[in-house]
Amino acid sequence: MKFLLNLHMNPAVWDSLTEDERNEVMTGHGAFMETVTKSGEMITTQGLADPSQSAVVRVRGGQPVVTDGPYLEAKEYLGGFYLIDCESRDRALELAAMIPDAKVEGLGVEVRPVMFADGQPEM
Amino acid sequence: MTIEPVAEDLLRELAPQVLGVLVRRYGQFEEAEDAVQEAVLAAAVQWPAEGVPANPRGWLVTVAARRLIDEFRSDRARRDREADAALREPEPDVPDTDDTLVLLFLCCHPALTPVSQTVLTLRAVGGLTTAEIAHAFLVPENTMAVRISRAKQRIKAAGARFAMPAPEELRERLDVVLHVLYLIFNEGYTASSGPELHRADLAHEAIRLMRMVHRQLPGDGEAAGLLALMLLTDARRAARVGPAGELVPLAEQDRSRWDARFVAEGTALVEAAMATAPLGPYQLQAAIAATHADAARAEDTNWRQVHLLYRILERIAPNPMVTLNRAVALAELEGPRAGLTLLSTLDDDDRINGHHRLPAVRAHLLEQAGEVEAALENYRNAARRTLSLTERRYLESRAARLIGRSG
Repeated sequence: MKFLLNLHMNPAVWDSLTEDERNEVMTGHGAFMETVTKSGEMITTQGLADPSQSAVVRVRGGQPVVTDGPYLEAKEYLGGFYLIDCESRDRALELAAMIPDAKVEGLGVEVRPVMFADGQPEM
Repeated sequence: MTIEPVAEDLLRELAPQVLGVLVRRYGQFEEAEDAVQEAVLAAAVQWPAEGVPANPRGWLVTVAARRLIDEFRSDRARRDREADAALREPEPDVPDTDDTLVLLFLCCHPALTPVSQTVLTLRAVGGLTTAEIAHAFLVPENTMAVRISRAKQRIKAAGARFAMPAPEELRERLDVVLHVLYLIFNEGYTASSGPELHRADLAHEAIRLMRMVHRQLPGDGEAAGLLALMLLTDARRAARVGPAGELVPLAEQDRSRWDARFVAEGTALVEAAMATAPLGPYQLQAAIAATHADAARAEDTNWRQVHLLYRILERIAPNPMVTLNRAVALAELEGPRAGLTLLSTLDDDDRINGHHRLPAVRAHLLEQAGEVEAALENYRNAARRTLSLTERRYLESRAARLIGRSG
C-alpha cells in the first residue's frame, strides 16, 4: 500500500526551536531515509521551497493567469513529503512516528493513502 | 533486449528448476538465486544468437553452478563453506517439477511477510526480473531490489530448509502458498487491466504457477478450486472495463465477451474437485463464479444456488465480506429489504464498517428499494472511502444518475 507522508511546516513553530533542536530534526530525516530505504519501503522524498516562491496558474477565457504566492494563505504549509510503499496502514503510522517532525510540539505528520488506478468491480 | 518468445517461455519454465537443483546441491538460497539470474541473462543473450542448446536445463545448471562456485572462491571468508560444498556429493537429479513446488514452499515461508512472499515467488519461481516486478507493483527498481534481497536474507535467518514440508504441516503451508498466488492474481487482476498487458502480467503469472501446483497436487481440492476461481474470474477480464476505462459491474457485462475456454475449464475443474475432495473456501468461491458463468444473461442467474453457496461459505469460513455478498444474492431472491436487513447485522462489525463496500452495496439495495435520497448518500459515502480511482468514478456516476430523481 502506498502512502504520502506529508510534512506540514509551521514557520512560527520552526523559528521557536533552538539551533540544536533544528539540527536534531535534520539529522533525524537522514536516519529515517536510511531506515525506509534499507527496508525497501521508500519510493521518493522531496523537500519543497518556501511558499513565497510559489505561483498559482489559472486558465481563464483560454488564457493562463499567473499569480505569485501560495495557493492558500495559511500559517501552515506543505514543507515536504515522503512517498512510501508498505505492508499496511499500521506500518505507515509506525513509520510516520519515526519522522522527527512528529515529535516537535506544534507539528505533525499527515498520513494519506494513495489511490490505485483500478479496483474490484464485483457487485 | 528482445528475447525470442519460445526461449523466453522456456527460460521462465527452467529457471526455478535450475534454482532447485542448485539449492539442493549447495544449500545457499540467496547466492544460488543470484547465480541463476546471471545464467538466465547469459542464456537470453546467447541462445537467440547461437541457438538453444540440446539440453537447455543442463546448460543452465552448469553455467549457474560455475557462477556460484566462482562466487564462493572470490570470497576468502567463505573458504570453509566452499570446501564443504565441494565435499558434498551432488544429489541425484530428482524430477524437475518437484523442485519447483519445493521452491514455492520455500518462497512462501511463514517467516516472511505477505509482500515478501509475493515478490520472492515472482522472482525465484516466476522467473521475473527485478525490473519487471518493480514495474508490476509501481515502485522504483531499487526499492524492489532491496525488498527481494531482504526477503532472501530472512529466509536464511529463519533457517528455512529446501525440502517439502512434513505431512502434518503440509495443509497449513499449502494454504500460505495458495494465498500468495491468490494475492498475485488479484494484484494483476485489479491493477493491470489497462491497455498495457505485457509479459509481467501478474494475473497470468499466477494462473501459470497455479497450474503447476495443481499438476503436482491433482488431488487437492483447494488447489483445484483456486485455479478454477482464477480462470473463471480472468474469463471476465475483457468485459469488466468499458471503452473509457470505466468499471462495468457484473450485472451489466456483455457475457458474450467472457472467455468461453476459461469458463469451461474452470467449471470442469471445480465440479470435479467438489465431487471428490473435502469442501473449501476456494472451491465455493469458484462454484459461485461458475454459477454466474452458467447464466447467459444476468437475469438468468440461479440466485438460489448463489445464495446457498454463500451460506455454506459463511459457515465454513465466516467473514463479513461473505455476508455482504450473500446480502446481494438474498436481495435478488427476496427483494432489497431482505438484503438491507442482513446488511444491518454488519454495522457493528469492526472488520468491515469502515470499508467502502458496505455503503456501496447498501446504496445499490436502497436504489432498488426506491429510497433515492438514502441511496445517494450511501453512494457518496462509499465514493469517499474507496482507495480505487476506477471504483470512485463508478460510484460517483451511480450517484450522478440519482441526482434529479431525489427530493
